[in-house]
Amino acid sequence: MDIGINKDVCIGAGQCALLAPRVFTQDDEGLSELAEDWEQAAAGPGAPVREAARACPVGAISVTDVRSAS
Amino acid sequence: MTESPVTETFETETPVARSPLSGSPVVFPQDRACPYAPPPGYEPLRASGRPVSRVEIYDGSEVWMVSGLAEARALLADQRLSSDRSRPEFPVFQRRLEKVERRRVELLGVDDPEHNVQRRKLIPGFTLKRTAALRPAIQETVDRLLDEMVERGAPADLVSAFALPVPSMVICALLGVPYADHDFFEEQSRKLLRGPEQEDVETARDALDAYIGDLVERKQAGAQGLPVGLLDDMIDVFEDREELVNLAEILLIAGHETTANMIALGTFTLLEHPEQLARFRAADDAGVVAACEELLRYLSIADGMARLATEDIEIAGVTIRAGETVVLATSLINRDPATFEAPDALDVERRERHLAFGFGIHQCLGQNLARAEMEIALGTLFRRLPGLRLAVPAAEVPHKPGDTIQGLFELPVTW
Repeated sequence: MDIGINKDVCIGAGQCALLAPRVFTQDDEGLSELAEDWEQAAAGPGAPVREAARACPVGAISVTDVRSAS
Repeated sequence: MTESPVTETFETETPVARSPLSGSPVVFPQDRACPYAPPPGYEPLRASGRPVSRVEIYDGSEVWMVSGLAEARALLADQRLSSDRSRPEFPVFQRRLEKVERRRVELLGVDDPEHNVQRRKLIPGFTLKRTAALRPAIQETVDRLLDEMVERGAPADLVSAFALPVPSMVICALLGVPYADHDFFEEQSRKLLRGPEQEDVETARDALDAYIGDLVERKQAGAQGLPVGLLDDMIDVFEDREELVNLAEILLIAGHETTANMIALGTFTLLEHPEQLARFRAADDAGVVAACEELLRYLSIADGMARLATEDIEIAGVTIRAGETVVLATSLINRDPATFEAPDALDVERRERHLAFGFGIHQCLGQNLARAEMEIALGTLFRRLPGLRLAVPAAEVPHKPGDTIQGLFELPVTW
């Protein structure tokens, strides 16, 4: 799984880190970034990565399933 | 969504939505009949199956009203819709605001790119980490206020004893504003948001400007004995004095008025749904989180977000023309039958996303603080007072009119 975060449009709402706290976190500026060990967490069953992306109010997060290359 | 042939023919004309019984136009805003449900007068919009309809406002002019969640998400993320309240054509929905001088409203009334510059300076103060760090202090505030309320004995008004002072104390501590001044700024906030007269709005605005301006000056002069908080950081990063004062006012008002309404109305709603309340009481921490999200959806207290179209926008088979007004009716959006199963049922175990905090670039800056306050306040209240109940019949609990943030004026309780 590839996760892209567009920090230029991020508004620091924190929805991603709220919904998927092991995958996303906020940097000191309050902007979204990937958490340490995010890959492991994102690969886990039921990790709400897509839900987090959908909850982003400014569409800053893109999720690509590498295997199916969607 | 099924559409009748009649609806289809109307589609090209997009007439104003009408009550099927009286034939009179649907008017925005309307008062709620039940404090936690959308006004019954909005029902024709939902019944029509159209997510975007035309409604009338107080002066007889027509605006677009959005009741569908998918459409609301799309429109709130669409930068062709402006939030700039200093534009002379930006709509007002209350007669009392008709003649109030248009002034710039920072942050929530500013479009990108200016908005983004302001927001980025503020978000470090509202991250999940910063909010989590405030939890012990919020818990302490909640515990102390409940101790004092119990000490004074039943019955009590939960609004003035608990629901209002919790967020008011928390936002004061966060910003570094003396809580001793709370009677003053709570009263001015009330006048600013609800009038009732035009003069009330104007004098409240001036009084808050003067108060925050004076506080900033004292802080800059190094006055002793003032609490230190986010406002001190803001003084360093916002060089424009008017911008700084207006932003601080917005944070102070938004920080106490909205959450106070959620705590009081949330308590009332749970008391009116005993089965759900039992589930809430039995819930673990994650269950309390989910229940608070459901209350945010169900109550939708910021019911009517306004935008101005700056270009033509096609959506849901209609064209919103440049210069036209769009109102997003949160209470309908968050009960959109196209999105939510049994949308009118309160279900504290529901785990669905809502738009109570808005969407797009203006989504609530303080939402995670609000969540923390709600979770701690409601969780502790019902744990501490297992016998909590209304002290008057539910129908006698006074609620706020439809043209402002929704909530209760008073909540008489006993335990």
